[in-house]
Amino acid sequence: MLLPLFFMVSTSLKSKRELLKFPPTFLPETWQWSNYVDIFKTLNFGTMYMNSLIIGVLTVIGTLLSSALAAYGFARYRGKGSNLWFMLLLSTMMLPYPAIMIPQFILFSKMNWIDTFLPLIVPAFFGSAYNIFLLRQFFSTLPDELFDAGRIDGCTEFRMWRQIALPLSGPALSTVAIFAFIYSWNDLLTPVLYLSSADKFTLPVGMSSLTSSRFRIPPWHLLMVASVLAMVPIVTLFAVAQRRFVEGIVLTGIK
Amino acid sequence: MKLSESRRQTLYMYLFISPWLIGFIIFALYPILSSLYYSFTDYDIIHPPKYVGLANYQEMFHSELFWKSVTVTLRYTFISVPIMLLLSLGFAMLLNQKIPFRGFFRTAMYFPSMVSGVAMSLLWYWIFNPQIGLFNYMLSWFGIAGPAWLMNPGSALYALIIMSLWTAGTGMILFLAGLQGVPSSLVEAAKLDGAGRFRIFLNVTLPMISPILLFQFIMGVIDSFQVFTQAFVMTQGGPNYSTWFYVYNLYTSAFKEYRAGYSSALAWVLLVVVMLFTALIMKFSNRYVHYEGGGRR
Repeated sequence: MLLPLFFMVSTSLKSKRELLKFPPTFLPETWQWSNYVDIFKTLNFGTMYMNSLIIGVLTVIGTLLSSALAAYGFARYRGKGSNLWFMLLLSTMMLPYPAIMIPQFILFSKMNWIDTFLPLIVPAFFGSAYNIFLLRQFFSTLPDELFDAGRIDGCTEFRMWRQIALPLSGPALSTVAIFAFIYSWNDLLTPVLYLSSADKFTLPVGMSSLTSSRFRIPPWHLLMVASVLAMVPIVTLFAVAQRRFVEGIVLTGIK
Repeated sequence: MKLSESRRQTLYMYLFISPWLIGFIIFALYPILSSLYYSFTDYDIIHPPKYVGLANYQEMFHSELFWKSVTVTLRYTFISVPIMLLLSLGFAMLLNQKIPFRGFFRTAMYFPSMVSGVAMSLLWYWIFNPQIGLFNYMLSWFGIAGPAWLMNPGSALYALIIMSLWTAGTGMILFLAGLQGVPSSLVEAAKLDGAGRFRIFLNVTLPMISPILLFQFIMGVIDSFQVFTQAFVMTQGGPNYSTWFYVYNLYTSAFKEYRAGYSSALAWVLLVVVMLFTALIMKFSNRYVHYEGGGRR
């Protein structure tokens, strides 16, 4: 399972000549670190990286805020129609994006949002079904006594959300944050639809151009450099958040 | 007093879910309904839509490319989803045992799932290269001369299926969580009753993890109905349309040929198929899936 990854890193450091060798060499004969500089000359790599980061971070913020609000509403209140809305929420989890992308595209083009980041970010501020469901499950397990105590102390409902529910949900929130970031970071279809000028491209859009017929022979080493660099934020995120993940599993395991 | 409490509950519920509710109406409900309308029109996004009745649907069912994309997508789904489920369940069972370096193996299995998307497509684009790629080289150790994979209409789809199996770690993690939820008291009781390993798996473990199995099955099918990235990055639907996936077909007719009406019809067929499929699996699985504590989700 790790072998392809190993070759990904080693190929990214090979010289152009060594690339065409067969069988592929395990370790580069000459470690060509300059590949990692060349990628910034071949593609607008730095800009694309920043674009992806900006979109990713804003998506995470939007998803966390809106999903946590909606999940709290579903978890802590039993109002008229709450079951109906919850069923609708569950069914949108199965809604294929391609089924709605054309009207969305028309909608956003009427708003003059084409070739801006807005179509990639704004929907995140209105919640995503899967994450709402996940957080709702978590919020439902919080003990009622905490909220009763808060109510007696004269807490507003919004403050209870912010000061009781959220601080207790660190692991669940970080799971949602990671899911949202990975989804945004890897998404290709949406940015391909909406971004047309090269300086607005996200990483996946720019990287996908590396296999196009523009190159007679694909620049294999650069393909791998791009892949390695694209992995960095995700792996970092996992390394940082892993402890919280484990915490989350332990917490839900105890209940 | 009671009335005001229930009113208060309703009020706060709607206040809190309002971000989602607004988003649902604008970004889901409205698009679904308007794409139903567009599917009965001839529409190039620039000029106003023109009503054409069922013409789009008729054209679709006579279109060779449409049927090609259906065949490709179904073949991909029927092969990759079952293998994927078996693999991830198998690895989860294996790594649920007390074996040395368990933590390392779990991380190693899960690692590829972090590379998904375009980076993964680029990596496997190289691996499947017939001249210098890793895959045929490794096959040559066993004396097998591999095909030209992505460049050969007969093997391109299978190459993409093999690639998809690389992320079995995602499913494995979910199964692992499920396996750890199987109470050891049940397993012990079965052992006392003289059940063998296979019996325990069939009659204790499998029913206990059946909700996760069902969830992964449904999600796996829905995801593979929507394959796009691989086709876009690695094969552009080729060679000779052998990887012309349904969503790639939809994307091409909408955003290369600017036929929003026709592709809305494609979108609606996809939507209906996904709904029917899910309903069918749910109905069929009711008898076999065991929910602990009776129907509470």
